Amino acid sequence: MCATCGCSGTGTRVSGEKHHHDHGGHGHGDEGHGDEGHGHGHAEAVATVPSRLIELEQDVLAKNDLLAAGNRDWFTERGILALNLMSSPGAGKTTLLERTIRDVGAELGISVIEGDQETLLDAERIEATGARAVQINTGGGCHLDAEMLQRGLRVLQPPDRSVVMVENVGNLVCPALFDLGERMKVVIISVTEGADKPLKYPQMFRGGGLMVINKVDLVPYVDFDVARCMDYARQVNPGLEVLEVSATRGDGLEAWYSWLRTQRDATRPDTA
Amino acid sequence: MHELSITESVIATVSEHAGDAPVLVLTLEIGALSGVVPDSVRFCFELCAQGTPCQDARLDIIDTPGRARCRDCATDEIELPDAIALCPCGSANLEITGGQQLKIKHLEIGN
Repeated sequence: MCATCGCSGTGTRVSGEKHHHDHGGHGHGDEGHGDEGHGHGHAEAVATVPSRLIELEQDVLAKNDLLAAGNRDWFTERGILALNLMSSPGAGKTTLLERTIRDVGAELGISVIEGDQETLLDAERIEATGARAVQINTGGGCHLDAEMLQRGLRVLQPPDRSVVMVENVGNLVCPALFDLGERMKVVIISVTEGADKPLKYPQMFRGGGLMVINKVDLVPYVDFDVARCMDYARQVNPGLEVLEVSATRGDGLEAWYSWLRTQRDATRPDTA
Repeated sequence: MHELSITESVIATVSEHAGDAPVLVLTLEIGALSGVVPDSVRFCFELCAQGTPCQDARLDIIDTPGRARCRDCATDEIELPDAIALCPCGSANLEITGGQQLKIKHLEIGN
């Protein structure tokens, strides 16, 4: 089992990566795997041996945060806007991306890193719109981490001053903890979910810079109180921006595109 | 279940420091607002420690409560039982000041 991503069995796979490694060493830096070596029987020693205290005071996520900082520098040097899109499965991340790429993909220079446990389906959907996409399959893993993104970027090779959309694994819990080096986290929620999601998954909504409420064309048919959802979200994160869109019907997308342009301009200050 | 990858990462780090010595006690600090569930870490630890220097270690977890300062009133730092609590003044505009830690504090190893 892998120490960084927690995947089991077949491990993480990046589509288009030239040297595919199996689980024996799929490239998580030099810390190796937790199940390698040191397998002695210590039971008899525990009760009697003199012991030594090692003070560590080390952040558990320090390794990931360091790699994320590296990714962030990499984006900054190239004037690339990177956004980390997160939601529960089925909220419409891929549909929003497809529509966004068709409408403003060429203008903004959008390419995509897709995270899913299995299949190349989402990357294929993105490539059908004409944009470049790299699929990361996490195997058993429930989130993308900074190292996986780094590997994905090596394959994607996004041009300078472009936009990289990272579609995280559909999950409102685990991806919240792992900084990827993105400029901002975008949380997508759809009106077919409960309006109380921000209270149920506060970690996710606390870390986001923007909440996109998707499928608003369905509001007349479902029991979803948009204002209440916004209240809950701002209770967790007072500074959260909110946009209401329908990725299929087009409602509110102009506001989303202008938000993207603002972020892009902030990433490339000389073109603002 | 990010606790699985987090626990694996903890064990990898601890194993580097322990070398060939057995880990007797491992102490973690998990804040109430860290997004990590101590019970899940305990569960994963039993599974993941097998075959590592941690396999017979006792796992101690220090639960640090969440703390915050209100940006809207002059109340002293308050304790936050969870991430969605309010200040007694009713404000949600809180600056979190504690409880987000996720740390390996120390380990005790045999010789």
